[in-house]
Amino acid sequence: MTSSPLATYQPDQRALALIGGEATDANLRRYLHGIPGIDAVGLEARAADLGTRSIKTSSKRWAIDTIIGLIDLTTLEGADTPGKVRSLVAKALVPDAGDPGCPRVAAVCVYGDMVGSAVAALGSAHAAGGTEGVNVAAVATAFPSGRASLAVKLADVRDAVTAGADEIDMVIDRGAFLAGRFGQVYDEIVAVKEAGRRADGTLAHLKVILETGELNTYDNVRRASWLAILAGGDFIKTSTGKVAPAATLPVTLSMLEVVRDWHRLTGVRIGVKPAGGIRTSKDAIKYLVTVAETVGEEWLSPHLFRFGASSLLNDVLQQRQKMTTGHYSGPDYVTID
Amino acid sequence: MKRLAIPKTYKLYIGGKFPRSESGRVYEVLSHTGDFLANAAKGSRKDARDAVVAARGALGVWAGATAYNRGQVLYRIAELLEGRRAQFIAEIMSCEGVNAAGAGAQVDEAIDRWVWYAGWADKYVQVAGNANPVSGPFFNLSVPEPTGVVAIIAPQGDESLLGLVSAIAPAVVAGNTVVVVANENAPLSAISLAEVLATSDVPGGVINIVTGSPAEIAPWLASHADVNALDLVGAGDLDWVELQISAADTLKRVLPPESGADAAAPALSRILAFTELKTIWHTKAIL
Repeated sequence: MTSSPLATYQPDQRALALIGGEATDANLRRYLHGIPGIDAVGLEARAADLGTRSIKTSSKRWAIDTIIGLIDLTTLEGADTPGKVRSLVAKALVPDAGDPGCPRVAAVCVYGDMVGSAVAALGSAHAAGGTEGVNVAAVATAFPSGRASLAVKLADVRDAVTAGADEIDMVIDRGAFLAGRFGQVYDEIVAVKEAGRRADGTLAHLKVILETGELNTYDNVRRASWLAILAGGDFIKTSTGKVAPAATLPVTLSMLEVVRDWHRLTGVRIGVKPAGGIRTSKDAIKYLVTVAETVGEEWLSPHLFRFGASSLLNDVLQQRQKMTTGHYSGPDYVTID
Repeated sequence: MKRLAIPKTYKLYIGGKFPRSESGRVYEVLSHTGDFLANAAKGSRKDARDAVVAARGALGVWAGATAYNRGQVLYRIAELLEGRRAQFIAEIMSCEGVNAAGAGAQVDEAIDRWVWYAGWADKYVQVAGNANPVSGPFFNLSVPEPTGVVAIIAPQGDESLLGLVSAIAPAVVAGNTVVVVANENAPLSAISLAEVLATSDVPGGVINIVTGSPAEIAPWLASHADVNALDLVGAGDLDWVELQISAADTLKRVLPPESGADAAAPALSRILAFTELKTIWHTKAIL
């Protein structure tokens, strides 16, 4: 895979080499519309088929612990308070107080103004981009609609990064994307990535939210995925969780296929984050199967795959308790979010 | 030419819907003479788990409904039972081998018992609750409230409909939601009751009926952490001491098995068995 000449380019040059010129609307449209279309029926059948795998006993145990380690534990409510964020962080660090062996989640995901509270609550358990501990992800760029001027969006990002966010979840401008102004979407992602530069010169991890529920077709999802990756996104994320439908298995599968193709083309690994609507362990296990079968088990690690979820964790913990104790657990035995 | 009869396949009743068993299993229901009557779903532990989820989901609506409203909903079920009288009589005759008069008497008694319990909906609180005298300017009130999700092993002997009604009605009238494991050998009247419930005003999930083997399902319900109480009225032939022990792990209320002609006889104590007494203080006057 590294034999591809594209792999030798610098990231920003790579996109331009692929597009065959500057990232203008016309060049991007020519490139994105040149991508083969999606067989929607085949995609949905493939996703449904992957969802029928039976995962039992020790495999299920492994899957459940893996899921917990991949969760971005999220609270994105207008009613969020520093206290709510502190309790979220406490849960991220010790998901099941009755079982010290329970793994920690990958990150907590909060609004930009709550980043300070999250970092303070994490204290020495703050991974700060590393693998030991819990990261802090912040949604930015006028989440969830993305309807603000570029200056406001960039200020939003800089605020969150200055406060200590390790990861930025940005939303693309769906209006511009659907209107065919691909260049604008591309430039915004590039600008947001640059706005995530810290004082020491390193960049915050950038997750690009496509909001697939507003993109209407699988073809658009595929184009938006390519666009986000070309522009430099480290992760592509399905949804904000504020629009229905949020993450679905076929949409995630189509995004994983883009990630697989990009890896074959350039040797670079891009992460995927389905978010919203995944509430049960059963659903989450279907996603694990899909990831393993599409891009490989290597992707089942927090720096390449995440679940954006809040209620999922409680269901997974109840399943975990069931496997430990041998009897069904109930919501009284996990925390109230 | 003789017409080929189309026997009915009886399904489960969970969350107001009629799903097949998650396990895909069915078992044959035989008449008292050993002839094939119908296929019934053989529920699994996962069906029981789904039923508990449905019951938990319905608890807020049912326990939160006014006592008067709960009573009216239960009276309505009795009306619908009356309308299906003939079907219940036919099923009881084929399953239990009693004559039409015996079956009719059982259905009548089941309907009367349902009405008797329905009448308690807006009365048991007055009987069991109290305004306690305290030495201060306070109201001190004790009121019974529903325990929550009640798992019931329905009576397994004769009189399948009457036994089922006697077990379900007292738990439901107080505002609990129930998961009931039906009479294994005579499940037809349980599922026909479910069809009555589905067309009545009772919210889906308040009463969930699982057919199949109580010996297989009961241990999972007894140990389930999201079940608040266990009525073992029909568990006499099971290892019910073991069920009590596993129920104790999650602090469930448990009623023991009953047998004989007066098993699960109508009584206020059956209603109060699945209630919790809440005592509240309130100032008598601000001014």
